[in-house]
Amino acid sequence: MNAAIDGTFIAILAPFIAAAFAPFVVRMLGHNGSWLLALVPAGIFVHFLGYIDQTAGGAGIASVWDWWPGMGWPLSYLIDGLSLMFALLISGIGTFIVLYSGGYMKGHPQLGRFLSFIFLFMGAMQGLIISDNLITVFIFWELTSITSFLLIGFNHTKEKSRRAAIQALVVTGGGGLSLLAGIILVQLVAGTSDLSTLLTQPGLLQTSPYYLPILLLFLGGAFTKSAQFPLHFWLPNAMEAPTPVSAYLHSATMVKAGVYLLMRVQPIMGDTLIWSIILPIFGGLTLIVGTLLAVRQTDLKLMLAYTTVASLGLLVMLVGTSNTIAIQGAVIYLLAHSLFKGALFMVAGLVDHEAGTRDVTKLGGLAKAMPITFGAGALAALSMAGLPPFIGFVAKEELYLGIWGTELPFLALTITAVIGNALMLVIGFAVAFKPFLGAKVETPKAAHEGPVLMLAGPVVLSLCGLASALFLHWTSVHLLGPMASSVAGTVLEPEFHLFPSAIKANLILSLITVAIGLILFFRLASLRAAMDRVLRAIGWGPDLGFDQFMSGLVLLSHRVIRLIQPGQMNLYMKVAFAATAAAVLLPLILLDELPDWPEMPQMLFYEWGVLAIAVIGLAAVLNANNRLTAIAALGIQGFAVALLFMLFGAPDLSFTQFMVETLSVVILALVMTRLSLYQKDHRSVGRTIVDGTLAVAVGGGFFLLLLSVTQQPFNSELSDFFREHSVAIAHGRNIVNVILVDFRGVDTLGEIAVVAIAGLAILALIRLRPKRKLDALAVADNSNASVKANVKIAQVQETTS
Amino acid sequence: MRTVIFRTTAPYLTSLMVLFSIFVLLRGHNEPGGGFIGGLIAASAFAIYGVACGVPPVRRALVFHPMSIAGTGLFIGALAGVISLFAGVPFFTGLWIYPSIFGVEIALSTPLVFDIGVYLVVLGTIASIALGLEEREKL
Repeated sequence: MNAAIDGTFIAILAPFIAAAFAPFVVRMLGHNGSWLLALVPAGIFVHFLGYIDQTAGGAGIASVWDWWPGMGWPLSYLIDGLSLMFALLISGIGTFIVLYSGGYMKGHPQLGRFLSFIFLFMGAMQGLIISDNLITVFIFWELTSITSFLLIGFNHTKEKSRRAAIQALVVTGGGGLSLLAGIILVQLVAGTSDLSTLLTQPGLLQTSPYYLPILLLFLGGAFTKSAQFPLHFWLPNAMEAPTPVSAYLHSATMVKAGVYLLMRVQPIMGDTLIWSIILPIFGGLTLIVGTLLAVRQTDLKLMLAYTTVASLGLLVMLVGTSNTIAIQGAVIYLLAHSLFKGALFMVAGLVDHEAGTRDVTKLGGLAKAMPITFGAGALAALSMAGLPPFIGFVAKEELYLGIWGTELPFLALTITAVIGNALMLVIGFAVAFKPFLGAKVETPKAAHEGPVLMLAGPVVLSLCGLASALFLHWTSVHLLGPMASSVAGTVLEPEFHLFPSAIKANLILSLITVAIGLILFFRLASLRAAMDRVLRAIGWGPDLGFDQFMSGLVLLSHRVIRLIQPGQMNLYMKVAFAATAAAVLLPLILLDELPDWPEMPQMLFYEWGVLAIAVIGLAAVLNANNRLTAIAALGIQGFAVALLFMLFGAPDLSFTQFMVETLSVVILALVMTRLSLYQKDHRSVGRTIVDGTLAVAVGGGFFLLLLSVTQQPFNSELSDFFREHSVAIAHGRNIVNVILVDFRGVDTLGEIAVVAIAGLAILALIRLRPKRKLDALAVADNSNASVKANVKIAQVQETTS
Repeated sequence: MRTVIFRTTAPYLTSLMVLFSIFVLLRGHNEPGGGFIGGLIAASAFAIYGVACGVPPVRRALVFHPMSIAGTGLFIGALAGVISLFAGVPFFTGLWIYPSIFGVEIALSTPLVFDIGVYLVVLGTIASIALGLEEREKL
């Protein structure tokens, strides 16, 4: 179980490393750089192929790398049939997507950045499906949402792209938060969030009183990611992304993350009444709505996008039955769908790229000009339509077998599936045959065959759809069987047949599907018009609802901000200082822990001198007749304190205090000269009294607090530890520095990250237009606060040493 | 503020302060000093240069945008922790080597790399704030 970095961890890291190098490779080699870059996913694919024999028996391989023992968060992976299938799809299809991107975006100035994003996504998706720990799954889950955001918004100068990107991020990111809540509940109920441990305890979660909230929260994650009705609207909008993204993220891999999650937790959360009610209903609805909406579209990509929604619905519906045969159907369908939909998207992109349009009504007769594209599209469409001898046919046979029954629920599922599959055939044929067959139509560009870079993907994927069916025995023993076993939670050794041995219900259902599909295909135009009328009659959709929701949210936050942030610095400072004074003083008074008055310490004359300087500085602040003098005078007091630190044995702290005081004065003075404030501080008598009281309360409060702290018995455990070990194990005599960079290095890493982020925020505020003067004032206080905060940190660590 | 004396001495003062800041950074493990204070000194050096000679010369002298310097620092800081992983020890374990350069034994360590990261973050962040505030006309 325990291992350090092994090959699989490197395979998980590889896409991230490739992401860092992609822009340089493209700069050197141009679009042909994608040949070189495609070696990365190809290598990962080969690596994972090596696991095929190990998982064939339905076993899972788990490995833990405890990279940070103190954190209690080891990196671990779990490879079984389910994750292996996904890993192979992600790296296999990813190889061709990288190639395809090189051709599709040839000459695009940002190709390097694009490939970088693709690799980041690849790494995130791979991490998601291979992680054993649910928290890690969540992190990768959100990373896929973020990379999807970057890729959808890639053409960021287009308003539609930006909207689609934000929409996808809000929906899938929001779902991710729901998933996180679910994971935390699982952790609380089961005491672990390792999948490999959870999977050994089936029934634990199902019988828990928290089962319903856990399930609903998980479904919140899965349904948003896998675009289930009524949250499906982001996926068609995501088609604003360049076509390689649509083919990769929004059909073959990312949108299946939700299905993956459901399949993964099926053994531990599935097979309950509520599971088998919610999933089939939402899945079935999504299937029907998706296909109907697809019929209405004329844009090739949108037609495919809506059928992707439908296919995801079908998968959710099948997983929801928790029936082993239906699960086997879902497993085959998932493989089939990734292959044919990835290929069809790439075909649509090729048509768009070579002919200049992807409106299906403006295309026709391209077969002569683009024979290879046509061939690949046709093979994929036949698989999508569920015709033999393609893997899509095997999938449909199996899933019909799984859900067929004469009782009402089974009947409902069967009818839903038949209608959905028939419409799927219609769209598949419309995408793959309409643009290529029939009379030649004038297109914006004179069409010709695409480059090899772009043809490789659709050709190989559609041939895989054929080969996986022709060598069905191999596929089922090595891929489908192990995957079905993982999903079902028991070892299955299914036998699938490409050609049915006897005429059973499923074969008849298949024939009915094909018949309905062909009839509808020839009436597509009137069907489309009818759908158009219906949707126009309804007039409202979730997409519009999203806009209403967002504008409501903006309005609400606007009102809240108006309420709690009136924009008056005075008020903010008063509230902050009053709260500080209360937090310091109230516990001391209420708990009766006021310190005793100490004896006057024996101090040397120069120590008194320094103290006097501080007092003089403060007096100067109060009597200053302009603001600049006040700021400088405050600096005097700060320097005096720094001197005191020096005299009483804290050179590091004193050093830092000197620099911080200097910089605070410089920055404050700069801010003051930027703002055309009154030179002098005008305060009414009333305000002087209020402000003075607050100042005395805060200052006095801290005085009392520090006094009572020093009167507590001193625990020297920590200081002894550091004094003893600083030189011995950290090789440093400066204990403060050793603590900062070694003993507590991770804390410091967090702190410098905060410093950098605060810097960015301040920079953004400075750059605001001069008309926003109030904000600039806030800048000064923020910068001052962040510097002061760091001194506080240093002080805290000084006191521990 | 831009008197002839100040403008003439500022470049020397700045270079001395930057040199001193590096000295403070490197001695930090054994004597008072370290990346944080070193970064503050360097940042104030550039702030002084900016006040004396205007912001554009400082930006040209720094070559990179101060925020990129801060970002690089954060990256180096994180990298210092990751190096340990490749040595097969837990994240952020300090590693030391003692190469001999010109006959003098020099102690190099991942905590030093990390401290350099801290130095760059503080330098970049504070310098970008100070320079941003100094170039007011351009806004």
